[in-house]
Amino acid sequence: MPDPLVPNKSPAAPVSRKGWRAAVSGVADSLEKPVEFLIRTCGWSSIFLVLAIFAFVLYGALPVLPKIEWFGDHGFFTSTQWHAKQETGASYGVLGMIVGNFAVAGVAMCIAIPLGLAAAVYISEFAGPTTKELLKIGIEILAAIPSIVWGFIAITIIGPLMINHLGAKWGSNLLNGGVVLGLMSIPLIVSLAEDSLRAVPDSYREAAMALGANKWEIVYRVLFPSAKSGLMAACMLGVGRAIGETMAVLLATGNKNQIPTALTDPITTLTATLASEMGDSVAGSDHMAALFTIGLLLLLITCGINLTANVFIRGFKRKPNA
Amino acid sequence: MNAANPFAPAAYELKKGRSMFAARWTTQLISFLLLVPVAWLLWMITDRAWPALSWAYLTTDVSGSGAVGGIWGPLAGTFYLTLLCLVIVAPIGILAGIYINEYAPDNKLTRSIMVAVTSLAGVPSIVHALFGLGAFIATMHMGKGMLTAAMTLSVMTLPVIITSTREALAGVPTNFREACWNLGASKWQTIRTIVLPNSFGGILTGVILVIARAAGETAPIMFMGAVTFVPIAKEGFERLVPYGINDEFMAMSNHLNLICKDIPGMSEHMKFGSAFVLLVLILTINGAASIVRSHLRRRKRW
Repeated sequence: MPDPLVPNKSPAAPVSRKGWRAAVSGVADSLEKPVEFLIRTCGWSSIFLVLAIFAFVLYGALPVLPKIEWFGDHGFFTSTQWHAKQETGASYGVLGMIVGNFAVAGVAMCIAIPLGLAAAVYISEFAGPTTKELLKIGIEILAAIPSIVWGFIAITIIGPLMINHLGAKWGSNLLNGGVVLGLMSIPLIVSLAEDSLRAVPDSYREAAMALGANKWEIVYRVLFPSAKSGLMAACMLGVGRAIGETMAVLLATGNKNQIPTALTDPITTLTATLASEMGDSVAGSDHMAALFTIGLLLLLITCGINLTANVFIRGFKRKPNA
Repeated sequence: MNAANPFAPAAYELKKGRSMFAARWTTQLISFLLLVPVAWLLWMITDRAWPALSWAYLTTDVSGSGAVGGIWGPLAGTFYLTLLCLVIVAPIGILAGIYINEYAPDNKLTRSIMVAVTSLAGVPSIVHALFGLGAFIATMHMGKGMLTAAMTLSVMTLPVIITSTREALAGVPTNFREACWNLGASKWQTIRTIVLPNSFGGILTGVILVIARAAGETAPIMFMGAVTFVPIAKEGFERLVPYGINDEFMAMSNHLNLICKDIPGMSEHMKFGSAFVLLVLILTINGAASIVRSHLRRRKRW
């Protein structure tokens, strides 16, 4: 209820309306100021949350930061020796995980980028309306499958295939993870790349056509150069997604801390290490703080990739829409 | 140049035609090849899960680490977790969307809000789990349970709902707002009576997508109170609402994570049954979102 001593500045409800609806809208109108305050607070919540995430992850990592040797024989970035659980002589080397993370993301992108870009070109330039709908439904289904179900598929369906047909020792390995992550990233790459191809003004296409170019020439002489930044952003966000993915990678890659030498080697990643060790780390221990340090590294990598991709996206949005 | 037929295509034109043909069919082939794994995986899962599926499977308790019995506990857990997450995130996300589209001036602060929303969307799900541990459990001493898990999921799904609300609001033509302002309505009256009713469907789509995302996510909840087994009541009200707001709980996604480990005596049907139920659940929710969206597009009046 409004305070009777404070003049009600918002316009009164029309006199002709009576009954409960008028009463409700009268009350709602008088709430303008508090509602605006609430809206403003919620609007700023995402800034607050991003800062809070950084702050809490950093805060969790703080106890162990002075103890970590960053470079050198047992360095954080230069060693594969990750023995964070032990009380004495713990070493925190995450090189194996970083290499694993980028290797699996790299394999995924070798699959997802060519397929995704080709599908985006087909959907935006060649496909008829019905085919387009069909493909979009298929890609939406691909996007909807949750991470844990992908992990399950990797273990129960793709893993046995790896053992039986590729002679891999373990079903869960770098290639398995790459295939699964590739399939997971395709929908994102397709939809972003298609958006950026569609953002190219039709007048560009018409001008090229008037010069005698056929559709393929339009695609690779006109659309690719002018949608370049959007396509780059699509690929980068795909990489970001692949690096941050957790459950599917944990189950699909075998979770073995080593530098891979073959596609069928089991590996581990920063995310998988977090997911598998967080459960049995003691609160307040160096082990947990070291895991928070991995989280901080992960946060910095993914934020860096996403912000760079955003700069590219803003580049293509700013182009004049002729 | 062909002497007999001056209109025959030149070698250059033939080459152009061939490249066009090749490009068209290559991209088409690749696009349809993408549908093959989708169909194949769906079929594999359905085929293997089929013998396990029954009404009893859905309504029986988990026992023997999922090897026998059913999935009632995890199913109920996922339902209440998603509901709780929605109750937290929907108001905040919708109001934030309203702020960004209706109130925010075009300045540096607003742009940094947008950057924050996209950054939040890019934070890996496992880092959200770390945030939840650090903020809700270590600092606020809330204890692991459904509420903290739902709060962590809310932080994760916030950008989804903000983005879709904002897009839905941006779809309402400015004329509508101007007409309403000209009748003497205040900003809040305009939003309440004109903007929100006209963007209802778009906002609903965002809400449904949040449900799908929250129901499928594992990493943020596995350290926040989702456990592999909780005994639940056999009958009565507690059978339908098995978990209190601060209780540890089971969830479908976490149950699937358990099943991925080798459990002795677990038949393949039981394994694939859980995966099938979770998959169908999420595809159905997503399907609902696309139906709302296409329905909306058809009856758009402007």
